[in-house]
Amino acid sequence: MISLNVNQKNYRVDADPNMPLLWVIRDIIGLTGTKYGCGVAQCGACTVHLNDEAVRSCVTKVSRAEGQKIVTIEGLSKENDHPAQIAWNEENVPQCGYCHSGQIMSAAVLLRENPNPTDEDIDAAMAGNICRCGTYLRIRKAIHLAAELQRKGSASK
Amino acid sequence: MKTSIRFKTKFRTFMIIGIMSSVVATMAFTLNKESEEARVPPAPIVTKDSTASVKAFKQVYTVLMSARCMNCHPSGDIPLQGEDSHLHTMQPRRGVDGKGVYAMKCSNCHQPANTPGLHTPPGNPNWHLPPADMKMVFQGRTPRQLAKQLVDPNQNGHKDMKKLIEHADDGLVKAGWNPGEGRKMPPMSHAAFKKAWITWLTTGAYAPAK
Repeated sequence: MISLNVNQKNYRVDADPNMPLLWVIRDIIGLTGTKYGCGVAQCGACTVHLNDEAVRSCVTKVSRAEGQKIVTIEGLSKENDHPAQIAWNEENVPQCGYCHSGQIMSAAVLLRENPNPTDEDIDAAMAGNICRCGTYLRIRKAIHLAAELQRKGSASK
Repeated sequence: MKTSIRFKTKFRTFMIIGIMSSVVATMAFTLNKESEEARVPPAPIVTKDSTASVKAFKQVYTVLMSARCMNCHPSGDIPLQGEDSHLHTMQPRRGVDGKGVYAMKCSNCHQPANTPGLHTPPGNPNWHLPPADMKMVFQGRTPRQLAKQLVDPNQNGHKDMKKLIEHADDGLVKAGWNPGEGRKMPPMSHAAFKKAWITWLTTGAYAPAK
């Protein structure tokens, strides 16, 4: 049995230690917001946070995540109100939507580490998340808006 | 008379105590020195031989310029990929510490061990590029430039001769010989590389003419 903490909830799962974390999250725990894209860390659709870093869960063995803190799109915020989630809605970013949980999880790391990112910072942070619909310009716009919302949010606290 | 005998006895006692203390102190110092010497490995012996040194470096150079080494020693801030050393897809950046930036940190994709499957991300617990303040570039360096750079502490990560020799067995260096499925090995075995590396260093670390 492997002990995991996903979205602040403890799980004990009966899985091969070599099983990709993505399979455990989706097929065993049942959190299907994280998507399977390429399976080889090339597209970013499966991005989750492992100890606050945006890991590709398709190539991360569940053994690496044992006892660590995992956050999926379902646990990013309590009311789906992370600044990136609000901005994504505001800017109508998704087209088909398949890649966007991964996009938002990557954007959240960027916004945590750089509250005022430039276009160049956004490109550097988001280059590992591919969008087949080509929503890149809206993603960039939404990240700028999310940064603004985050700054206003911190200022009002 | 009595006073003289008492004085002589006291004097003798002090002398004996003094001599014994000196002997004990000397023994303690010697033992301590010996144990310290045992702890510190001897410095590498350098026997200068420019011909043998340059010959060994030519072998070393073929390894360092192979994709397995050079791909993580790029001239820019983006690592290289593949046998043709093209820019890494998705263009991850070096970052200050060489471990990437934001959502694009090396270990987000590169696991502690190679990921199974053809051309999947190779892994190592310490996967990174050299840091931004000491890029240790291999790409584009001539044999002469690279040889001089490798022994310059201001360009080699502050390594002295001993540390340079030890570096041949660094975990990330050795990862070059465990490249994952679909990637070529360096042009010689790790043992042959290490032998050439140590030969180059211990014969004077001479740089080739060009």
